[in-house]
Amino acid sequence: MSAPLVEIEDLKVRFHGARTVHAVNGVSFRLDAGETLGILGESGSGKSVTLKTLLRLLPENRTEIGGRVRVDGVDILALKGKALADHRGGTASMIFQDPMLALDPVYTIGDQIAEAVMRHEGASAAEGRARALDMLTRVRIPSPERRLNAYPHEMSGGMRQRAMIALALACRPKLLLADEPTTALDATVQIQILLLLRELQREFGMGMIFVTHDIGVATEVSDRIAVMYAGEIVETGTVRDLIRDPRHPYTKGLLAANLHGAVKGSRLQAIPGAPPALEEPPRACSFAPRCPVKVSGCDTQRPPAITPGAGRMVRCVLAEAALQPG
Amino acid sequence: MLTYIAKRLIYTLPVALGVSIVCFMLVHIAPGDPLTSVLPPDASAQLQAEMRKIYGFDRPLIVQYGLWALKTLQGDLGVSIATGRPVAAELGKALGNTLMLAVLATFIGFVLGCLFGFVAGYFQNSWLDKLASFVSIIGVSVPHYWLGMVLVIIFSVQLNWLPATGAGPGGSADWAWDWVHVKHLILPAVTMSVIPMGIVARTVRALVADILSQEFITGQRAKGLLDGGVFRHVVKNAAPTALAVMGLQLGYLLGGSILIETVFSWPGTGFLLGQAIFQRDLPLLQGTILVLAMFFVALNLVVDVIQSMLDPRVQRA
Repeated sequence: MSAPLVEIEDLKVRFHGARTVHAVNGVSFRLDAGETLGILGESGSGKSVTLKTLLRLLPENRTEIGGRVRVDGVDILALKGKALADHRGGTASMIFQDPMLALDPVYTIGDQIAEAVMRHEGASAAEGRARALDMLTRVRIPSPERRLNAYPHEMSGGMRQRAMIALALACRPKLLLADEPTTALDATVQIQILLLLRELQREFGMGMIFVTHDIGVATEVSDRIAVMYAGEIVETGTVRDLIRDPRHPYTKGLLAANLHGAVKGSRLQAIPGAPPALEEPPRACSFAPRCPVKVSGCDTQRPPAITPGAGRMVRCVLAEAALQPG
Repeated sequence: MLTYIAKRLIYTLPVALGVSIVCFMLVHIAPGDPLTSVLPPDASAQLQAEMRKIYGFDRPLIVQYGLWALKTLQGDLGVSIATGRPVAAELGKALGNTLMLAVLATFIGFVLGCLFGFVAGYFQNSWLDKLASFVSIIGVSVPHYWLGMVLVIIFSVQLNWLPATGAGPGGSADWAWDWVHVKHLILPAVTMSVIPMGIVARTVRALVADILSQEFITGQRAKGLLDGGVFRHVVKNAAPTALAVMGLQLGYLLGGSILIETVFSWPGTGFLLGQAIFQRDLPLLQGTILVLAMFFVALNLVVDVIQSMLDPRVQRA
């Protein structure tokens, strides 16, 4: 078995400020080359923070990162200066949620892509622009020659996200990090972008980590899904396993809250309550206060990581009980 | 782009008209008789009436304005009551001196202001930021005529490095680009640069801090740009606003330098304006105010055009 593209072990991220926030509390996962992992979770579950850690994009001065993060065999947490900048956009690159905010408003799309190519490959300005044109064609932006000289505000939302993808892929990264890339888009444009991403990911043979709060989107693009809650992965598995046979009560709740198969006129099955504030590292199961099937030990000890099958993991005492024969 | 400039030019016309009316009215609304300064106190009523007729003060205001505006358009600003010389010629010379002073002061202020602003914005809340902010607050709050006098005391009286007053040796008003003359420019320019320096520094600090907190800066880092590359993006985003502030400051300095020009006896428009006011020299006053106001309007136009060239989001249609 070859070495995985991404290997995260016991990642802990803490933000210091007016109050300390334990955003990520012991996340571990692996990603093979060419594989797509969907990270599913609600706001504040630590999914975006985990993603940004892979590019070290969190504010240095008030972030404390622990654990091990390796991408393509390189220890990301030890990177500094130029080596870190080489990693960003070279080995791994990111697509942001809102391209309107993530693209520089006073630079043309062509210049922004060319800049990345010139930076990473030492290309000339002309080569950079040629690559930019090639990339815009690949993401199927109509009349790409013209769009090369367009500013972000002159494009539609879907077009901007295509441009963002072109930028992210311009230097042929091995790993693509997508931070809710379809959340800011219309539903019809969403599906186009998802299909495009999936296609490009196969074409370029990249590994992709796709963060979303939309379970439908996650199942659409991913090979495997990791469900995050309160800074922890509570369940992982292949899309098929997770949808057919969710083991964690939170995953079950998420699936039940889906519109598909809902009876018209009936109330949607929402999960009651809100996620914890994470001012303290979790000492028990974080989901226990909202859990419909809570048992006595849930409030006092952290649930173990159970492996119910190959490539699966569940953090729940009930899953453990279910595995016990009898 | 050309249509944008043309459009902006057309918008400028009503503004210019309004400005000219205000200039004219301001001077005429002011209490007192404009002839008191030229006529002896015991002049006969007949002489007064005659003089009034010669200067045209006996006609209705609107006619006076019309005639004045017409002549102004032809470049004739009338004749100074106090000196009898054409206003346009006096003004031309003074304007050259003031422009030189104001442009140099704005340049110094802009360069230092940007430097302090960028340092403060990049290292927010560090001691560097506090130092830069302190300097810029001093810059905007210290009365500049006082600062001018202090500088004169230090550099002219005590150290005897630089001349205290005038625009050339022996009080001559003829400018030349040599060290003897440039020496006269240094103290007033430095004094004058302090306010734009403070304002530009504060603006740029806020701009840089805002830009750095935006997601597209994270986007540039995510792309792998080094600090220098990111800095280019910050500069290009900050430039339109910073330049606009600079342009406005230049406008203020052109008109608002009466105190500094008086302290340094600098033969510029501010000095001229002061003289015109104290001597109740109506044609000179009108002409000076009008030309300064028009400069301000033109400067705004230039700033707008430059801004639209730098910032693609400004509508050019």
